[in-house]
Amino acid sequence: MNAAFLEGFLEAAMLVLVLGSALCLYRIARGPSAPDRTVAIDILGTLMVAFCSVMALWPHAQADGKVVRFQEYFMIVAIAWALTSFIGTLALAKYLEGRSYDA
Amino acid sequence: MKAAMCFVVALAVWLLLFWSLHWTVVLGGVLAAALVTALLVHRFPAGAAKMLNPRRWFFAAIYLPYFLYYCVKANLDVAIRVLHPDLPIRPGIVKVRTHLSSSMAKTFLANSITLTPGTLTIDIDGQELYVHWINIHTQDPQRRYAEIVGRFEPLLRRIFE
Amino acid sequence: MLDTIAYWIFGVGLAFDLLGCIGLVRLPDVYNRAQAATKCVTLGTCMILLATALFGVGRDWPMFVKAMICAAFVLLTSPVGAHAVCRGAYLGGVPLADISVEDVFVDRAEAIRNE
Repeated sequence: MNAAFLEGFLEAAMLVLVLGSALCLYRIARGPSAPDRTVAIDILGTLMVAFCSVMALWPHAQADGKVVRFQEYFMIVAIAWALTSFIGTLALAKYLEGRSYDA
Repeated sequence: MKAAMCFVVALAVWLLLFWSLHWTVVLGGVLAAALVTALLVHRFPAGAAKMLNPRRWFFAAIYLPYFLYYCVKANLDVAIRVLHPDLPIRPGIVKVRTHLSSSMAKTFLANSITLTPGTLTIDIDGQELYVHWINIHTQDPQRRYAEIVGRFEPLLRRIFE
Repeated sequence: MLDTIAYWIFGVGLAFDLLGCIGLVRLPDVYNRAQAATKCVTLGTCMILLATALFGVGRDWPMFVKAMICAAFVLLTSPVGAHAVCRGAYLGGVPLADISVEDVFVDRAEAIRNE
């Protein structure tokens, strides 16, 4: 596998994800009601998982351009982010419902 | 039994994440899994022991690609609606009945419904599911049942009940 | 061969992610937005994670395992989150969009609020 091609591909992927995040931020800024913002924050969290897997694929290449390993520790960030953003969304949903947090 | 399964699941996830069998990793995993089991065993789903039956795993293996096919179809459908200049949607909340009884099966049914064509589960009340549907194209309860839950129920019953 | 498949899966996943975000901006009310956003972005991110796992095959097995676990978590948690937010939105009094044609949740929502 060609490291230069992979890096170019990942840079393009980063651009697409940044565009998606910008749309989410637009909805967070505009969103007429609190649930709209919550949904947008939830989606932003899922996009961050995608960001982390792009970062994890960033290659360490040998001199001849052959990929030898990736930065797999970023996947741990992705897993932790997926779970914490889920918990945050549930807490916000409970708040939207108008119940107390220990109900 | 429940405690043992909870312990094994927690330890398996720990070892998969570390991908190593060094004695420190295993020792830490045993301690962490014991802590998780002690704190959360009362939350572990009651019918989980049934999942030890390999026949259920066989149906689960069939269910996954079947579900992914509908999931991709759903996404293409929603993508077309989103990109269409006129936004062709007829949203609303409808009620459908399910014949599944165990809470595990109903949870997975609700999750499957949320991830497939234009439907999103809003609430479950006993046997009744309240579903937000992005494009209501029929008034007939039988067709609604077939479109929303009918395609998942038989397999889910074999997996979880 | 495997790398080519992984590149294609990655690209399709990115397209789904972007479509979900466009849906989040274009659709009229919170329920429709949650529909488009949850479905498209969940599937898109899962495809990206699957592609990450495929890149790891033979080169980086820990990454393969972690990407698969992460995909399972995203697939399980994301619909639950969307369901919770939509239920909260309805009980909190956010109305459906004007073009909605049916709403049978009114009575049940009233019963839940009075509990």
